[in-house]
Amino acid sequence: MSKVDNESPTPPEVANSQVPERSTRSIEILVAVCFVISVLATVGLAVTYWLGGQPQVEGGLLFATLGGIGVGMVAWGKYLVPQGPYVQERDTIKSEILERQALLESLDRGSKAVGRRPFLGKLMGASIALFGLINLFPFLRSLGPVPKKALTTTPWRKGSAVVGPDGKQVTSSTLEVGGVMTVFPSNDVGGAISQTVLIRVGTANWTTRPGRETWGPLGYLAFSKVCTHAGCPVGLYEELTQQLLCPCHQSLFDVLTGATPVFGPAPRPLPQLPIYFDSNGNMHAQAGYDQPVGPGYWERP
Amino acid sequence: MITQTTDWFDERLGIAKFTRKSLNKIFPDHWSFMLGEIAMYSFVILLFTGVFLTFFFVPSSKLITYHGAYLPDRGHKVSEAFASTLNISFSVRAGLVMRQMHHWAANVFIAAIIVHVCRIFFTGAFRKPREINWFVGTGLLVLAIVNGFLGYSLPDDLISGTGLRIAYSIVLSVPVVGSYLGFFLFGGTFPGNAIIPRFYTLHILIIPGLIIGLLTAHLAIMWHQKHTQFKGKGKTNRNVVGVAMWPAYAFQAGGFFFVTAAVIAALGGLVQINPIWLYGQYVPYRVSYAVQPDWYMGWLDGALRLMPSWEIQAFGHMIPNVFFPAVLLPGITFTLLGAWPMIERKITKDYEEHHLLDNPRDVPWRTSLGVGILAFYVVLFFASSTDVLANSYSLSLNFVLWAFRVLLFVVPPLAAFVAYKVASETGAVSTTGRRKRILIISRSSEGEFSTTETALRAPMHEEVIEELPEEIRYHAIKDGHEELASAIAVGAPSGGSTISTNDVDLGPLQSGGTGVYQIPRTPRGGTGDPRGRISRRDKRE
Repeated sequence: MSKVDNESPTPPEVANSQVPERSTRSIEILVAVCFVISVLATVGLAVTYWLGGQPQVEGGLLFATLGGIGVGMVAWGKYLVPQGPYVQERDTIKSEILERQALLESLDRGSKAVGRRPFLGKLMGASIALFGLINLFPFLRSLGPVPKKALTTTPWRKGSAVVGPDGKQVTSSTLEVGGVMTVFPSNDVGGAISQTVLIRVGTANWTTRPGRETWGPLGYLAFSKVCTHAGCPVGLYEELTQQLLCPCHQSLFDVLTGATPVFGPAPRPLPQLPIYFDSNGNMHAQAGYDQPVGPGYWERP
Repeated sequence: MITQTTDWFDERLGIAKFTRKSLNKIFPDHWSFMLGEIAMYSFVILLFTGVFLTFFFVPSSKLITYHGAYLPDRGHKVSEAFASTLNISFSVRAGLVMRQMHHWAANVFIAAIIVHVCRIFFTGAFRKPREINWFVGTGLLVLAIVNGFLGYSLPDDLISGTGLRIAYSIVLSVPVVGSYLGFFLFGGTFPGNAIIPRFYTLHILIIPGLIIGLLTAHLAIMWHQKHTQFKGKGKTNRNVVGVAMWPAYAFQAGGFFFVTAAVIAALGGLVQINPIWLYGQYVPYRVSYAVQPDWYMGWLDGALRLMPSWEIQAFGHMIPNVFFPAVLLPGITFTLLGAWPMIERKITKDYEEHHLLDNPRDVPWRTSLGVGILAFYVVLFFASSTDVLANSYSLSLNFVLWAFRVLLFVVPPLAAFVAYKVASETGAVSTTGRRKRILIISRSSEGEFSTTETALRAPMHEEVIEELPEEIRYHAIKDGHEELASAIAVGAPSGGSTISTNDVDLGPLQSGGTGVYQIPRTPRGGTGDPRGRISRRDKRE
């Protein structure tokens, strides 16, 4: 059974005793140890560097070097110097009313002197504005060409030979059923806009939509590989579901119905490239894409 | 020697008064005031490591055959940007540590800014007179995010190239001028050869220059207006209570720079970030699984994923799908963020100056609004990993996407409601945030229980807040009380020895026309205090 002494208040000396008296000696030792660790680590860092460097060792030693200085300084500033708390009055931020009036008068004196010649003022304003406006041109127009038809067309043309990333002509036997590859027109191998994904869904001619009866000879279907959402390459083909997936934002396109978007943010189907095989079995484009490929933009028809 | 130096400068620049005031400047102490410091120190580290990287990085997308130290890429065609980044990582001594520190520092920089913004928001530190600094800070946040994106786009690896492709599509989606903007920025169709050198100039010169300018303004305004402080004993709207700049704050803040640098160095040396050699050179028709941007772009990526497949087509023009999540959403976000001080003023009709901070629980409506908005962006952030989540937990992508679309509108109001309840309930309890008294329960011999409260432990700093001795002396001399000033001078040279003030009658002192009076104060206790505490300035109305 304990009796609680609730009476004796803490003596003021104890209440007022400040941090520095508590254990300065141990803090001094701590600070000294921190700085010594830092020096040793710096020496180690120099040796590591001299020997050719090693990222993990460098990181660890840098940690010790910088951390030693940091902890030492903070401990010194926190436990070995007066902490206060001190008080400081805030100055009034706004100026005295007389100051403000004097400012307005000074402004006014100048404005009146200038304002006497309004025509000159307008002329000056106009000349500076014109100069600024004209100077926009080098900063905009020189940076690049105007779009013109660059966004609406691709290098695909009527009769373009269809080639793989290595520049080899695609033939009727290039892909097995279920196979997929990226193809280009022979004049733009590796092109970012002309990239086209070629899939073989079967061995018979495949019609994705009415009006595209001749576009899928021998089960080969070609779609623009530029996602209609944000332009990423629609790189993943799932044979089981016959779907193309864009790995950037997970838009799914149904291959058999003409790459119509079935899931995700893509708003439009991937444009289909009409292809045919010539008498030698080489693949060509019947025509270019019938619409702009890739993401939308203001002028898109 | 020091006297000579200060005299030399003072005769030429007249620095004595400003420097004295600066050394004696008082900084309120609270852990949350260090968040902005972390951001600033990370920026300094970004400058140091960034300058190092510029000596080795080649900002060019020209393709060359790689002959460097990384064996898997030998003999392959890679861009000079990619090759030089490999070179920094594998051949330049300490290059990988510098590169990884740079990347980590960027992530820490933006994280610290965002947490700092939250602190300012939830404590109401943006209120008059600090609106200008809120605007400047919003600008700094935008610049930091933009420069982060520019920076990780430079190495020309597969992930950054894919990010650039998305960025091009986003620029393209701006109504009316989008396609022109895209062409002028990229120098033509995507990808072109101009973007890496251009981003390089923006990344190392223009945006850092703007950041340095705004940061200087940010700090100068903060210095001029003095720091805010939390409510507490002796703290009023008209004073600042805390540690002095010299030496306590200077040592703590200076040391904290090194601590921040140490943590970033450890991350840079020990935790791999952006291993571009695993991603490979950017090739426009290649793409990999799990294409995620750096974390601070995650909310935009998530918004792009969650957006339904809508697109507006009318009058021969189109507003593309990506415009809504990637142009409109950030536009609204940063406009509302920047305009918040004005919006709140419209709501509260509060035109007063505020130097005392709100505790978040004191203003439940603001706290809950902030938590709700934050929750919205957190959901968007997690939505940027739909593919990884679906894969890791064997869920259908469809399910994960729809779950996030629902969560996006369910979580924020829920979070706001919980925050409101927590804030208002804890705010209603008068003892919230105070140390609890220990109760001792005793049982008498009759079996009766009784509780007794123990005494509170005496706080470390009982309310003894005084001006700095030098300031008191300075004011005394200015106000014509040389005898007082000399008494202080004898007693307390620079803090340390005890002085006796019993025989000095201070009398009411008036300090220079501010309507602030110094009142005498008897020293406490018998032993007195190590530092010369004589008077305390108090406000008499």
